[in-house]
Amino acid sequence: MAVATEQELADIGEHVAGALGEAVREVRVVHGQLQMVARKESIREVLRFLRDDPHCRFVAFTDICGVDYPEREERFEVVYHLLSPHLNARVRVKVPVAEGAAVPSVIEVFPGAEWYEREVWDMYGVYFSDHPDLRRILTDYGFSGHPLRKDFPVTGFVEVRYDEDLKRVIYEPVNLQQAWREFDFLSPWKGEPAVLPGDEKASTGEAARDGAAEKDEEAGA
Amino acid sequence: MRDERDKPILIRPGEAETMVSASAAHRATIAALNEELSNKGFITTTVDSVITWARTGSLMWMTFGLACCAVEMMQAAMPRYDMERFGFAPRASPRQSDVIIVAGTLTNKMAPAIRKVYDQMPDPKWVISMGSCANGGGYYHYSYSVVRGCDRVLPVDIYVPGCPPSAEALMYGIMLLQRKIRRIGTLER
Repeated sequence: MAVATEQELADIGEHVAGALGEAVREVRVVHGQLQMVARKESIREVLRFLRDDPHCRFVAFTDICGVDYPEREERFEVVYHLLSPHLNARVRVKVPVAEGAAVPSVIEVFPGAEWYEREVWDMYGVYFSDHPDLRRILTDYGFSGHPLRKDFPVTGFVEVRYDEDLKRVIYEPVNLQQAWREFDFLSPWKGEPAVLPGDEKASTGEAARDGAAEKDEEAGA
Repeated sequence: MRDERDKPILIRPGEAETMVSASAAHRATIAALNEELSNKGFITTTVDSVITWARTGSLMWMTFGLACCAVEMMQAAMPRYDMERFGFAPRASPRQSDVIIVAGTLTNKMAPAIRKVYDQMPDPKWVISMGSCANGGGYYHYSYSVVRGCDRVLPVDIYVPGCPPSAEALMYGIMLLQRKIRRIGTLER
């Protein structure tokens, strides 16, 4: 079966929004992908509906991830990804959550969510209420801080070495022997606008004239 | 044996075209040994050179694959490169191994574990650090979770550069380690 088209995704979205009402704040099709924003109190209800409704059947739980937007009032976003093998469609459900607030755990809907929720907790410090075992999962034992928050320094706070006297590995405050360096001279993504070698060819000859023609058309339209 | 090796190599007329220097040295050594054996029936050498020679030919390596370098390490052990030809055999147990190959990114969380494994290995023991991450943190040098070089935790003998090093590079590192063992040649380490 072909991948669901934008129209089919929009129909699914409309169906979900109609059935769930207030629980879903926003349904959109962005970049050909179905995306919803849900209230955190109703995330279980939303996911259960997406899983069980005969017109959705998003039974495959793909991932949970977190996002940090320091400028927002509700700083974090927890993002759930589901797949419907029956419709060959995917859905992304976003839940905004403030720092220190808790999201209801979705383990009772998708048991596989347990470790993903632990990972989001570890990396962003988002709490999940009713999680049976909300420990860190990836970072070091005794680690402090949440490394994927934007305000976490990339080098962290401690480093390890073996101590010949104590005969064990010890932790020390970070002391960089080689200062941080950034190589953004030619990066098209950051730094000052740079002309990459070869870019000048784009504005000469045939290609340039075609490009100009297209621009004119766009302007006319 | 050593004295024989130091002798100048004699290349007879006509042999020069077919010989490259390495094989010439090899042939000369073999010829000298052969002569000594056929004349006297025995050869003499020192105990420590026999011991170091034996050691280089029976190195058991502890696999410590941590990341993508481990794939190249396996590749070097597989039939195409076949490290066992060099007397370098895998032994996935620290208490029976002489060499540990740190193949990949050593994280802070893994550091106490790798030291524990190293401490369990019997002396004499050697460490090969394989790849940029193990050598100095590599790509993750500034990371909050990665050890900036496994030499902060273990005494490294050979550093193999690369990201990841090819199987040939690791083979070369192993040959260098064997040379190091031959040259240093101490019983106590």
